[in-house]
Formats: sequence, C-alpha cells, structure tokens
Amino acid sequence: MALNSVVIVGAGQGGFQVAASLRQEGYQGNITLIGDEPGLPYQRPPLSKAYLLGKISATALLFRPEDFYTQQNIELVHDQAVAVDRNNRQVRLASGRSVDYDHLVLAMGAHNRPLAVPGAEAQGVFGIKTKADADALAPLVKEARNVVVVGAGFVGLEFAAVAAANGATVHVLELGDRPMARAVSREMSELFRCAHEGWGVHFDFRQGIGHILTEGGKVCGVETVEGKRLLADLVVYGIGVIPNLQLALEAGLDIDNGITVDSTLLTSDPHISSLGDVAVFPCIHNDQKLLRLESVQNAVDQGRAIAARLVGKPAPYTALPWFWTDQGTLKLQIAGLSNGCDSTVMLGAPESNQLSVLCFRQDQLVAVESCNRPGDHMAARKILARPPRLTPAEAAAPGFELKVWEAANRD
Amino acid sequence: MPTLTFIEHSGTTHEVHGEVGQSVMQAATFAMLPGIQGDCGGACSCATCHAYVDEAWVERFPPAEGTEVDMLDNVTERRANSRLSCQLVIAEGMDGLLIRLPASQY
Repeated sequence: MALNSVVIVGAGQGGFQVAASLRQEGYQGNITLIGDEPGLPYQRPPLSKAYLLGKISATALLFRPEDFYTQQNIELVHDQAVAVDRNNRQVRLASGRSVDYDHLVLAMGAHNRPLAVPGAEAQGVFGIKTKADADALAPLVKEARNVVVVGAGFVGLEFAAVAAANGATVHVLELGDRPMARAVSREMSELFRCAHEGWGVHFDFRQGIGHILTEGGKVCGVETVEGKRLLADLVVYGIGVIPNLQLALEAGLDIDNGITVDSTLLTSDPHISSLGDVAVFPCIHNDQKLLRLESVQNAVDQGRAIAARLVGKPAPYTALPWFWTDQGTLKLQIAGLSNGCDSTVMLGAPESNQLSVLCFRQDQLVAVESCNRPGDHMAARKILARPPRLTPAEAAAPGFELKVWEAANRD
Repeated sequence: MPTLTFIEHSGTTHEVHGEVGQSVMQAATFAMLPGIQGDCGGACSCATCHAYVDEAWVERFPPAEGTEVDMLDNVTERRANSRLSCQLVIAEGMDGLLIRLPASQY
C-alpha cells in the first residue's frame, strides 16, 4: 500500500523524531505533526534545570528552527486531536478540522500526576512539564526563600538543586525512604542524598504531603500527613506522570497502562503506531515483558524505528534503554534496566562523587549507574548492547576499569 | 553567517550554514545531516554527535574537558581531533570550518 499521508499526534520528543526521521529516510508524502502546545516543538529535559537557571535560551530548547518545518514540508498544526475514526482513517481536531491518514502515530506523551491535596490550586504550586510551566516558575525561583519539593525523583531533585543554588532553603518530601528509589540502587541514592544535603537540601523521607497552607490564595507553607509544618513560598511537585490515553481508549485500541504495541511498535490497529511515554512495548532488556519508559532515548530511538518501518525497513525494536539526570554538579547516567538486580559492584570514589554501580542479575550485568563517570556510562552502553557480558567476579577484581574492559572486549 | 563543511565517512560533502553562538551539533542537525544525532539535545550526555575537527581548526576551540573527555574515551574510532560537536560553539571568523564524521555514532 502506498503511504502518502502520515499523521503524528503529539509534537514532543517522539512525535518530532518520527517526522524528522521520515524525511531523513527519504519519505516524500505528507507529514502532519499535531501538537497542542503553542510554539515550535522543543526539548523538555532542560526545563527543570539548564533552562530554569537561564543557562540556555528558549531558542536553544527548540528541536529545530521554524524554517526547518517549511523546508522539510512538515505541516505543524497547533490543535488538539479529539477523536480517531479508525474506519475512515481520520483524526478529528478540536478546531473541527479532520485530517486523513494512511498511517497514524500516537505520541501524546504523559501528563504530571496531579498533587491531589487541599490547597494544591494555590498560587506558587507548580509541576514542571511544559515550557509554559518553566516560564511561569523561573521568576519565582529567583525570589523564593523557602521551597518545598514534593517527590525525590529526577525532576524534583533537579529542581531542588536549582533552588538550592539560588540560595533558597529547600525541603524535599518523599514517601519512600531514599532519593530516586524507583530508578537507582541504594548505593547511588546514598551518594545523591549526601550531595544534596551538602548543597543545603533537607530531606524528609517517609513523609507525605497532607495539605498546602495558603494565605490570600498564595502558598505559605505545607503540612505533612504527620502534621509537620514547613514554611514555603514555592512548592514544586514531581510525583510521576500519567500517560495520555484518552484518545486511544476512545478509539478502542488495546491498552495496558499505556497503548500496547508489538515489537515493531504497531498498535492493535495495523494503521496506527505508538511510541514514547504513552506506549507499552515488549522489551528485550526486560525479558520481553511489556514496559513503558519515560525517557528521551526511548522516544528518539522508537521514533527512528517507526520511521524506518514506514519506509519499508521493519525491524524489532531492541535499543538499550539509557537515562540521564543533571543535578547541581552531578551527572547521573544509567544504562540498562536494573529490575531484579541481586548483586552490585561499585567502582570509583563515592566520597568525591564519582561512582559507578554495576547491577547484576543472576551474574549477568543488566545495568550500570554512573555518577560523574561518563566514560563508564559510554562503555556500559556498548557492553550491554551486545555480548559478551561482564561477570561480577571480573568487575570486582582489583584495578578493574569498565572502559578498559569494553575496549578489550569489542568484536 | 559562517558556512561549515561536513564530510561524511563515505566522502559525501555537505555545506551547512551555521550561526554564531550555535553549536556545531545544532548546525548539523538543523540541516538534517546524516551522521550526527545529538540525541540528548546538547547536554553532553549521549555522545551521538562525535566528529573530527580538521587539524587546521582544532585550536580554534577551547580544549575538551571533564565530561567530554571522559565520554570520548569509548566512542568508536577515537582520534586526537575527536570532539563532541555539541560542545563546539561556532564563533565569529569560523567561515569554512571543516568537520569530518565518523563511520558510526555507536
């Protein structure tokens, strides 16, 4: 079947990548990229760090300048997709317009899990998801004296580091017992806890937020579930995201905590693909079990894979997951998935904030977490992408270096 | 507006317009150049923008340091003039900058 019209719903990292990769692959048909935010598609990771600190400009956030879309004949539509008519292969937009597709890509991403406590609607309470969020937050960060961060995940901690660098007193409330508990090992959590405390960040673990205290509609503090009160002129929450599934649900696609796709990223409708934060896919790095990943790498690599399939080069999606977060002077890079990890080997010097944690499952290296050891991360990405796998005994040997092992064990 | 020349590993040459203050990676990706990816958007986190700066131009850029040096250790086919192009900022007087691309970013 000739492919003349690809419609992409969602102009975030994944949706943009499909459009760009289609053109790079030589596809010459129509591309309609539908985004519900104003402006040109942009990268989200800097919103909670470099952009907020003013280190990079709004222009530098953009994936591409405006003339790219005209030159590449990518129609960028600022609208919201409200329905998919699968029988007629049409997407209906909020404006009333309908767009026909030969193939549809669902890349709606996710939205922040809302802070569901009394007072959450007060001025001075923020999640960080969009450029508009960051633009509204930036001037307040400079003035804030007392900041409460809810959730010690990547976004919360990135923001905590920014606020602390601006001189605010920062408290982080976290339901779990350590930072980034869902994402990293205890060893790495400990390094980040110490570093943040060194920057003046206070952690309150096993503490949920009870409600937000307000004065004249503005936040003035928070009270924890246990009744502890903290002063706050700014509250930022990062307590996870929820995939934007409504469009796919109403279209009757298979869903399982995300839009279900097969190993080539096709949904239960062969004319519809999905990717990124909104999709669950069978992951070869996760024993083929369904996985939903929230990361730039996942969106980018899946975008490339879909574009390649659409131009006639189908292949199972097998890319190694990797992640990063920049917090203050720490760069954490993670290669692989550490689910089910049963032993670890530590390399480096945690006292100087340089640490790699090698995560093994049944003596197989499954993930490497590196803080300020980017060479280890690069080596790990290569090692994990293909055999032979490193054993814990080799890694624990005196003088072992991941970079050297990788270089010595290339094909 | 400086014009940059990129030579792919295959020998294919591309002339690309860059802007002062922009990174070489951005100039390349904005121009849809094959062979430079820049997946992390310039955060020096992914090493998918590896490139070789022509010897005549190497000293026009501040030397690599810290994260970049360490990331370069394990790129495929590292050479003395290897750089992560997201860390190379285009400055005045760089018209004619010559960059060669590796066979692969992986």
